Amino acid sequence: MKVNGRAVDDDVEPTVVLVDYLRSELGLTGAKVGCETGQCGACAVSVDGRAVKGCLALVVQLDGGIVETVEGLAPDGALTPLQQALHDEHGTQCGFCTPGVVMAMTDLLATDPDPGEAEIRAGLSGNLCRCTGYQSIVRAVLAAASQGTADAPAEEAASDA
Amino acid sequence: MPDRVLGAALKAREDVGQLRGQATYVADLAPPGAAHMAIAGSEQAHALIRGIDTSAAEAMQGVLAVVTAADLDGVLMPLPCIWVPGGTESHFPPHPYGVPGARPVLAGDRVRYVGDPVAAVVAETPEQAARAAAALRVEYEPLPVVLRADEAVRDGAPQLHDTVPGNLNARWTCGDREAADAAIEAAEVVVELDIVNQRTVNSPIEPRGCVGAYDPRTEEYTLWASTQSPHNHRFLLAALVLGIPFTKLRVIAPTVGGSFGTKGYLYPDMALVLHLAKVTGRPVKWSDSRRGLMTSTVQGRDQRQHATLAGTRDGRMTAVKCVAHANLGAYPSTIGPGVATALMGRSITGMYDFQAGFCEVTAAFTNTVPLGAQRGSGRAEAMFMLERLVDRFADEIGMDRAEVRRRNLVPADAFPYDNGLGWTYDSGDYAAALDRALEIAGHGAGTAERRAEARARGRRLGVGIAGYVAVCGVGPSTRMSKEGMLGGTWESANLRVHPTGEMTLTIGSSSTGQSHETVFAQIIADEFGVDPATVEVAHSDTGGSPYGQGTYGSRSFSVGGPAALAAARTLKAKIVRTAAAMFGVAEDDVVYADGAVGVPGDPERTKTFAEMAMVLWYDWDLPRDVEATLDATSYFDPPDFNYPFGVHIAEVEIDEETGAVEVTRYTAVNDVGRIGNPLVVRGQFEGSILHGVSQALMEEARYGDDGRLLDPDLRSYRLPHAADVPFFQLDQTVTPTPHNELGAKGAGEVATVPAAAAIGNAVCDALGVAHLDMPYTPEKVWRALAADRGASTGKEATRS
Ligand code: FES
Ligand code: FES
Repeated sequence: MKVNGRAVDDDVEPTVVLVDYLRSELGLTGAKVGCETGQCGACAVSVDGRAVKGCLALVVQLDGGIVETVEGLAPDGALTPLQQALHDEHGTQCGFCTPGVVMAMTDLLATDPDPGEAEIRAGLSGNLCRCTGYQSIVRAVLAAASQGTADAPAEEAASDA
Repeated sequence: MPDRVLGAALKAREDVGQLRGQATYVADLAPPGAAHMAIAGSEQAHALIRGIDTSAAEAMQGVLAVVTAADLDGVLMPLPCIWVPGGTESHFPPHPYGVPGARPVLAGDRVRYVGDPVAAVVAETPEQAARAAAALRVEYEPLPVVLRADEAVRDGAPQLHDTVPGNLNARWTCGDREAADAAIEAAEVVVELDIVNQRTVNSPIEPRGCVGAYDPRTEEYTLWASTQSPHNHRFLLAALVLGIPFTKLRVIAPTVGGSFGTKGYLYPDMALVLHLAKVTGRPVKWSDSRRGLMTSTVQGRDQRQHATLAGTRDGRMTAVKCVAHANLGAYPSTIGPGVATALMGRSITGMYDFQAGFCEVTAAFTNTVPLGAQRGSGRAEAMFMLERLVDRFADEIGMDRAEVRRRNLVPADAFPYDNGLGWTYDSGDYAAALDRALEIAGHGAGTAERRAEARARGRRLGVGIAGYVAVCGVGPSTRMSKEGMLGGTWESANLRVHPTGEMTLTIGSSSTGQSHETVFAQIIADEFGVDPATVEVAHSDTGGSPYGQGTYGSRSFSVGGPAALAAARTLKAKIVRTAAAMFGVAEDDVVYADGAVGVPGDPERTKTFAEMAMVLWYDWDLPRDVEATLDATSYFDPPDFNYPFGVHIAEVEIDEETGAVEVTRYTAVNDVGRIGNPLVVRGQFEGSILHGVSQALMEEARYGDDGRLLDPDLRSYRLPHAADVPFFQLDQTVTPTPHNELGAKGAGEVATVPAAAAIGNAVCDALGVAHLDMPYTPEKVWRALAADRGASTGKEATRS
């Protein structure tokens, strides 16, 4: 398979899950393990262009697959527009859910470049964040989407609501 | 750069690495040659251990060491409990050093909850360690189980500890019982509620973990751990658990993936990785799993309260009283007993001016996971109780719920205000916060129409108001000692200016997601009028940094911040003194402004901050009494706590068919005094609100009769998703505290404090019931609806 553009050739036990392999064999620790059972989404990576949960995917099933992790999204020192929007809105606090959120929302924006608030919230159904209340994440994705910030309450929304 | 760096919404510098997947958490550490630890936890909630057969485990492939309690005798002392509130009757067991020991590192002859660690295994790989731990054979003799605090203190209840008669840890009281009883006796109106504030699992998305290393040449231990209190843990582990010189233990917290209270506690695994690193001669790594976290990590809340509020028919609230049972779990956690007593009991008057108040908390041991802090701990339990009572009282006298609150607020001219239960509120304008929240929420206007409109859609609309005052900024050390805290609660900062004018600020408090590096740089940059990018902020490594206390009780900015500011001001004074000497003028003739020091209007006699750093680094031609370089360490011990406050208003709609509760609007006005970084603080508010909302709607750690957790993972222990909440409407008022130079109050957890109460009031409003206990799951709400329908149609609803 290919990981972040690099060819990886290996014989792997049939029980090894992708996130463990990326973290311990390839040293790609961006994807996190929060639950191991598919609920938290911290382990999300992209496989053949779609975000999948790395704790549920077996490496042996990915023969020939194209895997991309959060480390591979932007060149060194740079951020993708989505990552930049998350930075602008402070959409990460402890950061543990963040790689998974970035991968899931990158996937969402690739499939639907113009999602509304409801689509974004639905798109986050596989990700748990305990820090942000999802507020800044949803704001950031709205900002990153091509429709701009129209649906997001502006900073001062509270005062003129 | 904005005029003032402090108070500006600077983007958090920590974000970038996290967004790129480059932040390092403890599970990401891979020290060369590391071995892996697994912990075997008890399968029984309460049992005598008749024997542990380790032979099969020891013989398994890759196994390097297996230890049980017998191996730790005389090696690892019990983990201490350092908060011993007034009224404490019993500690368990006595610690050799005279402090109250809380729990053995491994259970010896008896286990007291499911998951109580009985053995640890170290092996070459995590899988081998886990397999060997599973191969341990423990012979148990089961004992009867008790799971509720009120049942634990009854006659005949199963006894957990030989040294704790009646399972009673503390019977703690505050306030004036007689005055409260007399006011209740004499009152025109009395409302009462029995409330179960359910047990919760804090659930940071990062489970805990640690790595221990030991260097036999220097006899030094190093612990990397997901902790919010590295300095405290160093002290407690070195002095009271390992019994080694303080200088032989270094504790480092890498990036910590959320904590919300749980990662400030001492846990057996921390002592075990250190000991086993020495035993095996290898770094030893332990990473908890989510299932493990459900029993390895302190849980929250869990109180049963009988609450009473008295008042007059015209809306004056005169007395509040709460008699509570707090479930501490099987052992007192590091600071658990204080959280369940003082933080709750002294807080029950909230924003209101009562004539009398009283609280009694009976804290007891049960066969459940030890109790600790959960975001907003103690204060959230108090506020849920109080704000539910206020609604009951308003309904009882037929007065608007907002109006009842307004009539009883502590007035803005009454500060400092003694609440009669031990807190002296520092500052506030509670009416302003209430008015602002009502205005933003559009309270009153059109609510009746919207109720009717919702009803037509098969939904019941409810509105809930909850105010709060949350003691924060822990804390004044002397005062905390009187609360039973064994240790100082000040905070520290060291500021070192490098020859180039760049600086390193080393702080004692640690970030678990609060962007300390960004905000503390703002404090320093603001004081010197320089670019915050020139201020590096170091924290969470006890090696070479001043002793600090850690991050808890929403204290970093309001207790650690002033320490940083003081260090900056010390250096600023030195710069002025030095410049005056250099320019040959009096100190009063020199002004520091906009990043430079000099004689006003005289560019010849003006130097920038960076130039002065170089001058002091060279130390040429300076007066003898000016020491070289710019380097200062400051400590701040606040004169008192600070008291953030605010008002939240929730609107919910309940689906009549399914009982599902939807939060349709949420308005929050918080006052945390002066704010260092609005972007960061907004994030703290938003996350805090969801914490409280989620306790109200879905969270509950349920135990089966045998003491087993019924919700052992995230499949059944539900946490909220993005679709479970709308955008919140936030605003703030700003009332600085007089207790620190920043005027700042705690902010990290305060918005959790009223959130469950706001939802609770909204749900009870929608249902038209006097009270319903959390969590408001669809099933529970549906039953309440069915009961209501049954009552209104006169026939019993029996569908189940
Ligand atoms: S670790 Fe994969 S979903 Fe939680
Ligand atoms: S930022 Fe901490 S869990 Fe999302």
